[in-house]
Amino acid sequence: MKFAVVQFPGSNCDQDCIAAINGLDGLHAEYVWHKETSLDDFDAIVLPGGFAYGDYLRCGAIARFSPIMRAVISDAHAGKLVLGTCNGFQVLCEAGLLPGALVRNRSLRFVCDMVTTRVEVDDFPFTQGCPKGTLLRMPVAHGEGCFFADAETLRELNANQQVILRYADSVGRAAPGANPNGSIENIAGICNRERNVFGLMPHPDRASDARLGSVDGARIFRSMMQRINASRAPTVSDRVKQVA
Amino acid sequence: MKVKVVVMPKAAVLDPQGNAVRDAMRHLGMPEVRSVRIGKYMEIDVEGKNGDELESRLHDLCRDLLSNPVIEDYELTKNEEQR
Repeated sequence: MKFAVVQFPGSNCDQDCIAAINGLDGLHAEYVWHKETSLDDFDAIVLPGGFAYGDYLRCGAIARFSPIMRAVISDAHAGKLVLGTCNGFQVLCEAGLLPGALVRNRSLRFVCDMVTTRVEVDDFPFTQGCPKGTLLRMPVAHGEGCFFADAETLRELNANQQVILRYADSVGRAAPGANPNGSIENIAGICNRERNVFGLMPHPDRASDARLGSVDGARIFRSMMQRINASRAPTVSDRVKQVA
Repeated sequence: MKVKVVVMPKAAVLDPQGNAVRDAMRHLGMPEVRSVRIGKYMEIDVEGKNGDELESRLHDLCRDLLSNPVIEDYELTKNEEQR
């Protein structure tokens, strides 16, 4: 199974993503330069962290107009799994694939820390095997990770179970003290209504190797693989064709 | 044609940068400061004369690129001296 890791000028977690994904059995990841125009050869798409286009103007504002983004948007609309971590999350919001926006951390500080997030939903394509309430430990490293959405959008996000991860303390309470950046309602990750586009500020790519202190991030990549495999389980008519 | 674009965070969006500057101003002897909001100011020089078509394209780009309507408002003004 092949994952694309999109490289924008200024991406800096592209190698982390490639290493994390290629370290998992059954998965293979390849770089795709932002000037490319097709992602047809890939089963899933990852937009990595970094500072695409120097984060000039706003984080993700210029990256969203890269040639590859047309393919990302059309593949997302076609149902392909799209994961955006950190800067990738910002790009997805700017591109309109996810609602809301990521603004300057409330503290005005760049935060670089291991955080705990709580899974808020059951049976989500990116968190298979992590039932509601599961705690995932992953690092964050960002200056603009404060999630903002207006009241109406926030209500919709909650009503449609689109809030996937909230920052939580070590026993799973989404307390203000566990919020590293001032995100509204401790939101760390959200998905689109169709549930195939997922953006989160924490780095699953930096939490996929025990030597880095957590392997919880690998659960997200494995979940994507499971979901894609499940969606490909041969149907009866496929089996008939194979036999024939 | 020269235009100026000012992009400001919406009122509902927290502006921690503005708050930090407000606090610094109060600290430096101006306790009267009520609030500070920090935005962006851009000067743009465009080839061509003032025209509705050019202006409407600029507005499109203000919405798509120069500002993010989720968190910001923009204001575009034409430089009157250029007329």
